[in-house]
Amino acid sequence: MSESKRVIIEPVTRVEGHGKVSILLDENNKVTQARLHIVEFRGFERFIQGRPYWEVPVLVQRLCGICPVSHHLAAAKAMDRIVGADKLTPTAEKMRRLMHYGQMFQSHALHFFHLVSPDLLFGFDADPKIRNVIGVAIKFPDLAVQGVMMRKFGQEIIKATAGKKIHGTGAIPGGINKNLSIAERDSFLKDIKQMLEWSRGALKIAKDYTVENLQKIASFGSFDSNHLSLIRKDGAMDLYHGNLRAIDSQGKKIFDQVDYSDYTDYITEEVKSWSYMKFPFIKSIGAEKGWYRVGPLARVNTCDFIDTPEAEAARKEFMAVTNGKPNNITMAYHWARMIEILHSAEKINELLNDKDLQGTDLVVKGKRRNEAVGLIEAPRGTLFHHYKVNDDDQITMANLIVSTTHNNEPMNRAVAKVADEYISGVPKITEGLLNRVEVAIRAYDPCLSCATHAMGKMPLKITLYDYQGNEITSRTKE
Amino acid sequence: MSDQITFTIDGVEVKGKPGQTILEAADAAGIYIPRLCFMKDLIPHGSCRVCTVFINGRPQAACTQPITEGAIVENDTAELKEHRKNIIDMLFVEGNHFCMFCEKSGNCELQAMAYRLGISAPKYPYLFPKRDVDATHPDILIDRNRCILCGRCVEASRDVDKKTIFEFVGRGADKKVAVNANADLKDTDFKATDKAADVCPVGCIIKKRVGFAIPVGQRKYDTKPIGSDIEAGKK
Repeated sequence: MSESKRVIIEPVTRVEGHGKVSILLDENNKVTQARLHIVEFRGFERFIQGRPYWEVPVLVQRLCGICPVSHHLAAAKAMDRIVGADKLTPTAEKMRRLMHYGQMFQSHALHFFHLVSPDLLFGFDADPKIRNVIGVAIKFPDLAVQGVMMRKFGQEIIKATAGKKIHGTGAIPGGINKNLSIAERDSFLKDIKQMLEWSRGALKIAKDYTVENLQKIASFGSFDSNHLSLIRKDGAMDLYHGNLRAIDSQGKKIFDQVDYSDYTDYITEEVKSWSYMKFPFIKSIGAEKGWYRVGPLARVNTCDFIDTPEAEAARKEFMAVTNGKPNNITMAYHWARMIEILHSAEKINELLNDKDLQGTDLVVKGKRRNEAVGLIEAPRGTLFHHYKVNDDDQITMANLIVSTTHNNEPMNRAVAKVADEYISGVPKITEGLLNRVEVAIRAYDPCLSCATHAMGKMPLKITLYDYQGNEITSRTKE
Repeated sequence: MSDQITFTIDGVEVKGKPGQTILEAADAAGIYIPRLCFMKDLIPHGSCRVCTVFINGRPQAACTQPITEGAIVENDTAELKEHRKNIIDMLFVEGNHFCMFCEKSGNCELQAMAYRLGISAPKYPYLFPKRDVDATHPDILIDRNRCILCGRCVEASRDVDKKTIFEFVGRGADKKVAVNANADLKDTDFKATDKAADVCPVGCIIKKRVGFAIPVGQRKYDTKPIGSDIEAGKK
């Protein structure tokens, strides 16, 4: 009987939430299987049944402590449809957009500066004692401060639009419950130039890293894939609203300008026994090849242009690397994410100078519906909320497809690719090699639980098992 | 008989009129005695016991006890604060109070009382009782998860609205607010304009589709603790 070994990375560090990686090795240390397991269970779809619909945008955002605004807004967009508010007032829509760009800005800043920069600045094999956010703070104090201040700016915008930095109440069915006061606006205008400048700096770091290491990272956890995102009617990137577009790895459109209310005609989910997370795929292509990526990389790939000048210039540079074809390099997520952080800063600047934010017409209503879908481009990718409401105003059905779920198959592919390339056949598995697996996962900025925040240096336990599941040896990273 | 009665609360001399309760006289003097089931314009019945004070050394509900000449009332003491905290604690764990997504948050008297008393988390174990939601009425929703059995809706409906739509049924842990109908609230003649629709101190009887219309920062207890309005009238 051949003897196999199992390597477990649990928990995966510097990502949001809890997951683990299992790598099966045969007697020659060849990788036979590598998987990312999602070990948390989310019961929101079930326990919101019976709750009144107007409670949902506030309730369901409790899924997450990192990007609750995305859930808040996706649910609110669905509830807009429920109350028949097909077009919000300019003040309501722009306040929500400001909230969303503030969210995108702070989430991307957190991911880039706190979670990812240690890998980029110190290298994958650097001593884990310094390869963390504290190490960044000691060696690159300016960058660490920028990360904190950018996050703070985004959080303050969320507070001014949603009422609280985390789990606010701003978006209500049919609109918003407040406008932006002149004093609030001026406090942000005071800092926006600095934020734009720091965003440019972060973009440069991500771009330079990608371009300088292109040869090394081009194949790192990379593979051809389909890409999916919302898109504006004119093809522009729109993080708040639009129709669905899916393209293949070469840029050919699989579907375009699909009303997201019809998403079930185009996308379905597969269940696998070893993960609590489902595997969505494009129906017309099938489970085998119909999986796709979402998030910054997908959004930059799918859009025809970005409607803010600096981010658009950055997008052109990005696309030039792959001669205008979709970029399928996993590590290019970081560059795409920083294009979006600059885009968000530009959008915030635009909105702060828009007088509609001081308007007082906040809510509209129309003909009541009993079923609705709300979509938004969350920091980590396209977020789907789908609800049914009975005549007594209670939720009877909820289906949430969160960004990380879309990226489930791609993350598993990235894990398998890295494991095969770096771990297979290696006599001694070092911490640096295992970190490469995590680096590939981190590129997607997954929110594994879509629940709470698990940042920084978490203990990493690696255990080797024989084929019968007996522990051979174990090492713990403190 | 004199038309003025003099007594003390925590050593402060308070003057009141015959027939006033201790709570009424204290309110008029700008002294806040914490309370939960009491509501102006409804007949006080002393059920929640949050307003318990010591009167000449004996515990009594301030909302029902009339003032007497020369009485020595103790209100703001460490012992009574502890007693009140225990009551509020128990109310929290006996129901399903999820402030984080309750639309009454910021306007809720139970939550505001907990904040005023310095309760950050209940010390007793949660009971997580199974309670139901009655969403059948077109304009009003009853979420019994949040009911604290204060009895305000029962009184308001009976004494003000003259409808007697609400009544308590069951005993002990099974006690709950029922409606005067074979089935649900929709089967009654309850209206959103009834007094009983406006008296719930928590998020149990709520008007539909209002939700989170008031932004954080502008809710009743966002900036000032419960009882501040009474204390502002201190003489």
